[in-house]
Amino acid sequence: MKAKTVDKIATSVIVVLALFIVIILLGLLGFIMYRGIGHISWNFLTSAPQLLKGGGGIGPQLFNSIFLLVLTLIVTIPLGWGGGIYMAEYAKPGKITSFIRLVVEVLSSFPSIVIGLFGLLLLVNQFGLGFSLISGALALAIFNLPLMVRTTEQAFRAVPKEQKEAGLALGLSKWKIITSILLPVALPSLITGTILASGRIFGEAAALMFTAGMSSPPLDFTDWNPTSPRSPLNPFRPAETLAVHIWKVNSEGIGPDSKEVAAGASAVLVILVLAFNLSARWIGRVVFRRMTASK
Amino acid sequence: MNNKLKPRRPLKEKHYWEEWTGRIYTSICVVFLIVVMFSIVYFVASKGLSTFFQNGISISEFLGGKTWNPTGEPAFYGALPFITGSFITTLLAALIASPLGLCAALFMTEIVPGKGKKILQPAIELLSGIPSVVYGFIGLSVIVPLLRSIFGGTGVGIAAGCLVLAVMILPTVTSIMADALSALPKGLRESSYALGATRWQTIYRVIIPTTLPALLTGVVLGMARAFGEALAVQMVIGNAPHVPTSLLESASTLTSVITLSMGNTTMGSVHNNALWSMALVLLVMTFVFVILVRLLERRNRV
Repeated sequence: MKAKTVDKIATSVIVVLALFIVIILLGLLGFIMYRGIGHISWNFLTSAPQLLKGGGGIGPQLFNSIFLLVLTLIVTIPLGWGGGIYMAEYAKPGKITSFIRLVVEVLSSFPSIVIGLFGLLLLVNQFGLGFSLISGALALAIFNLPLMVRTTEQAFRAVPKEQKEAGLALGLSKWKIITSILLPVALPSLITGTILASGRIFGEAAALMFTAGMSSPPLDFTDWNPTSPRSPLNPFRPAETLAVHIWKVNSEGIGPDSKEVAAGASAVLVILVLAFNLSARWIGRVVFRRMTASK
Repeated sequence: MNNKLKPRRPLKEKHYWEEWTGRIYTSICVVFLIVVMFSIVYFVASKGLSTFFQNGISISEFLGGKTWNPTGEPAFYGALPFITGSFITTLLAALIASPLGLCAALFMTEIVPGKGKKILQPAIELLSGIPSVVYGFIGLSVIVPLLRSIFGGTGVGIAAGCLVLAVMILPTVTSIMADALSALPKGLRESSYALGATRWQTIYRVIIPTTLPALLTGVVLGMARAFGEALAVQMVIGNAPHVPTSLLESASTLTSVITLSMGNTTMGSVHNNALWSMALVLLVMTFVFVILVRLLERRNRV
């Protein structure tokens, strides 16, 4: 009898605490939307921020975030997928492979601020890239690579063995099998993994403060020549992203509406990250249907 | 298709080259990862160690000194306030997040396996997707005012910092614990029930002891994340350079000091080098966490 009472109490405690987490999440999302969504307008999304006056927007920051994401993916996709393919298809169990695994594990546990500092030292100062989009993209690539390698390896390992054996039976080379048989099958999971990683890149700030910089030059959105300093496409200009902007506005914002700007920008950021997560699942499913004959 | 065989090139040679492009390309990617990891360690260590070897500050002064006043005359470079700040916030965050995470994981795997997963899994994934600056913003506009109205004072400090961190690491802790619990062989659970044990007895006496190393892995990974988190903590902790004596007192962590001061010091100055030494402490702690995880995994396999 007594054991049953204890069991009941314990069960209800577990249930209450588990539901507490759901409540935390709903509270967080509700709070962000409640505080921020009223402040989002077309003007807020497109205009430049104001330092002292109110009424500033997040236009350049939003653009920088998206552009930086594109640059980062250009660097990470070939390297990350390549590394993952090596781990799944070429690596033989042994000392070297377990060493590489350790490297990936260590690299993925480095705090993002340490990677930002490394970027500051090597990319910004040593290589002379300065506070620029390209430094930021390279730092984010380092931050993102281990995750990418891991998801790619999992995606390739999940491909049924028969597919590979069929290719070998036809006398194809290993690389041919990888690119024309395994890659299409693994592609849906690769895309899902990449989009999920994009969400992470989008919200990252600590690694960017010291690499992409904390300011954005006045941008001229009519100038699409990538070499001119005011062009938004110039990869060698400093670029403050949305996440860095939220941090800056919160910790040193002096404008009269800095709280509202922070709230609005947070809501935009969270909405975009959620959109990444949902679209990752959706696109993964659609591509899977296209690539395989299943309905 | 496009890649027709050229008439004069034998099949074997083409295969040979194809084989090697793949092998070389993917190997380059992996070598790049290794080079990056070692250069991070090398650069941060060489900068961080120059505080001790070039500027002549003793390691004991840096690690044990309670005064941080790099601009004063004489200057003091004691990082103990920040080291204690980092450890206290990390430990407290883990202390709050681990039981919550364990309950969530148990809820998903033991109590209502099907439905629980449907409710909690998306919640956990969404929580892990929220960027850290947004957590900082929420901390600043909800937790800090709340603490202020309950306990008085400014509201910023260790308590606010570890609450924010606890929510941030909750997804990490929960998902690893849930994986560990669902990987448990079914037979163990069923034999316990067959002996007439209640669900709680099964959880408490059978499930938790057998999965303990894996559960602890979740806690350690959560702590690793909390230890390295910079911006969210920096926004709510108050950033005062002294050893905290109460939870509501303003304090600093290693990451928050680096975030705030790195941009304002000139490269190569003693102050700047001391900040790099703090980054080195972060780096060393990362290795400690990785080693801990490896040790726990080894115990798990036995």
